[in-house]
Amino acid sequence: MSENADRISFASRIRQMLLSPTVGPFIALLVASLFFTTQTDRFLSGSNISLIFQQSGWIAVLAIGQTLIILTAGIDLSNGAVMTLGSVFMVSLAVNNGVNPYLAILIGLLITVGFGLLNGLLVTQLRLPPFIVTLGTLNVAFALTLIYTVETVVAPTELAFFGQTFKIGGTTITYGTVAMLILFLVIWFILRETAFGRHIYAIGNNPEAARLTGIRTDRLLIAVYSLAGLIYGFAGLLLIGRTGVGDPYAGQTANLDSITAVVLGGTSLFGGRGNVLGTLVGSLIVGVFRNGLQLMGIPSIFQVLITGILVILAVSVDQLSQRNKG
Amino acid sequence: MDGAKQIPVLEAHGLVKHYGHITALDNTDFEVYAGEVLAVIGDNGAGKSTLIKILSGAVVPDKGEIHLNGQHIHFTSPIHARKAGIETVYQNLAVAPALSITENLFLGREIRRPGFMGSVLRMLDKKMMHKQAEGFMSDLKFRIPSVTQAVETLSGGQAQGVAVARSAAFASIVVIMDEPMAALGVKESGMVIDLIRKIRDRGLPIVLISHNMPHVFELADRIHIQRLGQRVAVIKPSEYSMSDAVAIMTGAMEARQPTS
Repeated sequence: MSENADRISFASRIRQMLLSPTVGPFIALLVASLFFTTQTDRFLSGSNISLIFQQSGWIAVLAIGQTLIILTAGIDLSNGAVMTLGSVFMVSLAVNNGVNPYLAILIGLLITVGFGLLNGLLVTQLRLPPFIVTLGTLNVAFALTLIYTVETVVAPTELAFFGQTFKIGGTTITYGTVAMLILFLVIWFILRETAFGRHIYAIGNNPEAARLTGIRTDRLLIAVYSLAGLIYGFAGLLLIGRTGVGDPYAGQTANLDSITAVVLGGTSLFGGRGNVLGTLVGSLIVGVFRNGLQLMGIPSIFQVLITGILVILAVSVDQLSQRNKG
Repeated sequence: MDGAKQIPVLEAHGLVKHYGHITALDNTDFEVYAGEVLAVIGDNGAGKSTLIKILSGAVVPDKGEIHLNGQHIHFTSPIHARKAGIETVYQNLAVAPALSITENLFLGREIRRPGFMGSVLRMLDKKMMHKQAEGFMSDLKFRIPSVTQAVETLSGGQAQGVAVARSAAFASIVVIMDEPMAALGVKESGMVIDLIRKIRDRGLPIVLISHNMPHVFELADRIHIQRLGQRVAVIKPSEYSMSDAVAIMTGAMEARQPTS
């Protein structure tokens, strides 16, 4: 029985490591950063790196929720629209309707959790594909946002706290960046160390096996979609902190950007494989390319081009490694 | 099993199940005793999978009684049956390939750390689970390089072995195996057959559903033959040939007195 294990040669171990979900993306991030460091003096500085984190932050947080859902072999197209709906309600309720800002935040979070719950219920109770369900709720959330308001409203300071800063050795860091990193660690811990987290992998891997071992798969999926909704609410707060406004037209491509970050981070679109720290790396890859190319004075459409190529590359690696396991 | 007066570990009387106009089970009896491998054979549509689903709690019968160690019991779900000590192994490998052997063994029954880490942070006790997993595997002499490796790095037989070991580890009453070798090659099947014997030797009764007559005759102490929704015979493999068993199964021959 053990000859199988002996057959795993050194070369295939190296190959496995390169194909392993987080190592490949991390190397890509390092190579990209090295490249931009050699191309422009301004890339490798404390303030520029802090800026990359700020620019990537809210998409990265959206991508945390997206990672949870993709791990269950689902997908969420609604996350950008849901986040926007939540953030617009937070700001407009506080400014236009005179609602206490903290109560407004709570209402905004309830809205995003509510949409997550709705997605989860539709996926589990009506057995609809997540793609279609979230395409529907994407449009509902987008329409509700514009029915409520079409104006961009400046946020009161109580709502923009994630945009406030502190300094470490001359580098300005936003509280939003710190909150984002803490959220990544919390979700990483949950996925790795708790039964809830391991069951998310099991359900994405083999839903039938998960059900047969007594995992309540419907309840688990509803919890995952709702938790993702809560995370989208936090992303909304991060966006308010970053831009200082509630903008009903924000985040229109955020759903695809979050999927890009997840895929670049090595999480499999087939579900059950991947990890949320990879998603952080994936978000930073996008951020580094955007920032680096900007510093080099290359037109922004090339960022889109390169991101597209990277996504195809990442998905190909995923597909190939699936085939090897076949 | 010459203990005719012995109480069966699991028995059923007069099971009836209709699906619309189709009668899947028509007054079937069933019993399995401690320490035996009972094979269940039958042609397609004979009702063996319905019988097994009833015994594992997945299907509720229209009529009939189930007794567990002499106690009347009514299963409403597979979780219920499992809590009562009945584990089921399915033919399609019911494992999560990307998870480790330990994680698969403990899937849905994870052990949490003691104290604050477990109760508040809900942290899993991975060390404890690995230790116990190694214990299960060495009890069954199931040799694998490490319980921390992902199930997808194993061969098909080893992966099915993990599913079998999981059932054996947690079953207290009986293990039901529904075509456990159906997806496997010859050598791989041999591995699972070895494992089934080791589980039987530890005293845990096994209900084995199989189409494969050589496997059935190799493993079974008694053979329950199902035909047209009824149990038509229970035979001992030592007293009948494989072709007799097939003949009874298809109705070409009647069994002599049931030997159970």
